[in-house]
Amino acid sequence: MTIAGPLLARLRALIVMALLVVVMSGSAFAQKLNPDGSPNPEASALHEQTLLKMFPRAEGRIDIPDTRAAVLIQPMGRTWDYFHEVLLHWGAAIVILGTIVLLALAYFVMGRLRIEGGRSGLKIVRFKTIERFSHWLTAVSFVILGLTGLNVTFGKLLLLPVIGPQAFSDVSQIAKYVHNFVSFAFVVGLILIAVIFIKDNFPAKVDIEWVKKGGGFIKSKHAPAGKFNLGEKAVFWLSLAAGVAVSVSGYLLLFPFSATNIAGMQLAQAVHAVVAVFFVALILAHIYIGTLGMEGAFEAMGTGEVDLNWAKEHHDQWLAQQLAKNSPIQPTATPAE
Amino acid sequence: MARMKFLCDADRCIDCNACATACKNENDVPWGINRRRVVTINDGKPGERSVSMACMHCTDAPCASVCPVECIYPTEDGIVLHSKDLCIGCGYCFYACPFGAPQYPKIGNFGSRGKMDKCTYCAGGGGTEVSGSAEEYEKYGSNRFGEGKLPLCAEMCSTKSLLAGDGDIIAEIYKERVLKRGYGSGAWGWMTAYHESIDV
Repeated sequence: MTIAGPLLARLRALIVMALLVVVMSGSAFAQKLNPDGSPNPEASALHEQTLLKMFPRAEGRIDIPDTRAAVLIQPMGRTWDYFHEVLLHWGAAIVILGTIVLLALAYFVMGRLRIEGGRSGLKIVRFKTIERFSHWLTAVSFVILGLTGLNVTFGKLLLLPVIGPQAFSDVSQIAKYVHNFVSFAFVVGLILIAVIFIKDNFPAKVDIEWVKKGGGFIKSKHAPAGKFNLGEKAVFWLSLAAGVAVSVSGYLLLFPFSATNIAGMQLAQAVHAVVAVFFVALILAHIYIGTLGMEGAFEAMGTGEVDLNWAKEHHDQWLAQQLAKNSPIQPTATPAE
Repeated sequence: MARMKFLCDADRCIDCNACATACKNENDVPWGINRRRVVTINDGKPGERSVSMACMHCTDAPCASVCPVECIYPTEDGIVLHSKDLCIGCGYCFYACPFGAPQYPKIGNFGSRGKMDKCTYCAGGGGTEVSGSAEEYEKYGSNRFGEGKLPLCAEMCSTKSLLAGDGDIIAEIYKERVLKRGYGSGAWGWMTAYHESIDV
């Protein structure tokens, strides 16, 4: 006690001094007075426009548990409205319709890329069942997500005038839930595709040669390629990047305000929409070349087996590797004499 | 034709929340939904100001613009109403609203927000229900406006900070106040909501 006594007294003195410092520095923020000595209630008050110049949002304290309600004014809402109703409408229309026009042009100018040597009748396995399952899981969910997603932006312009407000609202409600839940199938498909195909999609020397030979679009030149050519590799990596971007932004939208604030939600929606529009354009081109644009291409993902001549013309290096391992599949049924 | 607006004189608001309470009671607003709230800026510091905020019934309302099913629209008095029959609970109006007005009965994960709810200016709903009917009250709350009355939040404001009525008239009242007392921190939200401020 004899030692603790003076120590306590010294501590007490320290606390008093600290308090004094706090009080004195606090007086610097005390009420400001007019020149004539009368109180000026506006002296320290921030005006709304000053506040909004300093911060993107005016935020404060609220008495209710909903923390989002603490944001008093967020003028960015109007900016997001402009993005969604003007920039996105025009941008998406131009990108998607422009892609369709370009593909139509390609079809009418170049026509369908035929198998030059004709069908050989011999087949070789290009994609196994699990590979095709992953592709179609992703593909079907992508088409559903694309259509239900576009409905949110363009439905009120295209579908609402046709079927009327109540029917359109019912359709949109269902579309919203379909979009939200099919997203899980899409992510599973995306992960499967990434895991299965990543090993064949790294850049290779032959890709340079493939570009030099015009990527197979110049009929007189043969463009060499492995399992995937550079165009397919580009589709793989762009789809993977876009898929990750729409998934991450999509789940932020699916669990609103759980990981971000109002500005984050607006940004997530903008990223989701813009990436999705380019994703749709990319996949339109992918669908074109896999169906209408090239003879013999669809079978690869359809039955999983491609004609030997098709493989020779489009994936010669890959075919050589395959033939070293297995012999081609003979046609099962012999034509009637 | 009148253009109905709200104006909160922040120099008079004392954060008593009578407006929020009046709104809750008049419109039978469920738990978790706050059509009106009071936000305090610079709480506990000199220059602290409280502002009562709800739907401002904007000019060129961004919520109406972004709504994917076009269920939000302005009436001829400039009051922004919506139809709960058409609302799909997508949450876009909340992202677009500069004032945090749209409210949803559910938490929102997996798109489960339920039908949007917001201040109706005590003017009933924007659906097909008969004006002043029990069905309308059940879905949207009170229709005082149909009886020629102003929103109860403003009517019950203890310091007459919150003003409701025709925009020109309440702007004039605010101007007179500012001139008489010699100060005013401005009509909060007016620039964002109505593309104009009240210059004194």
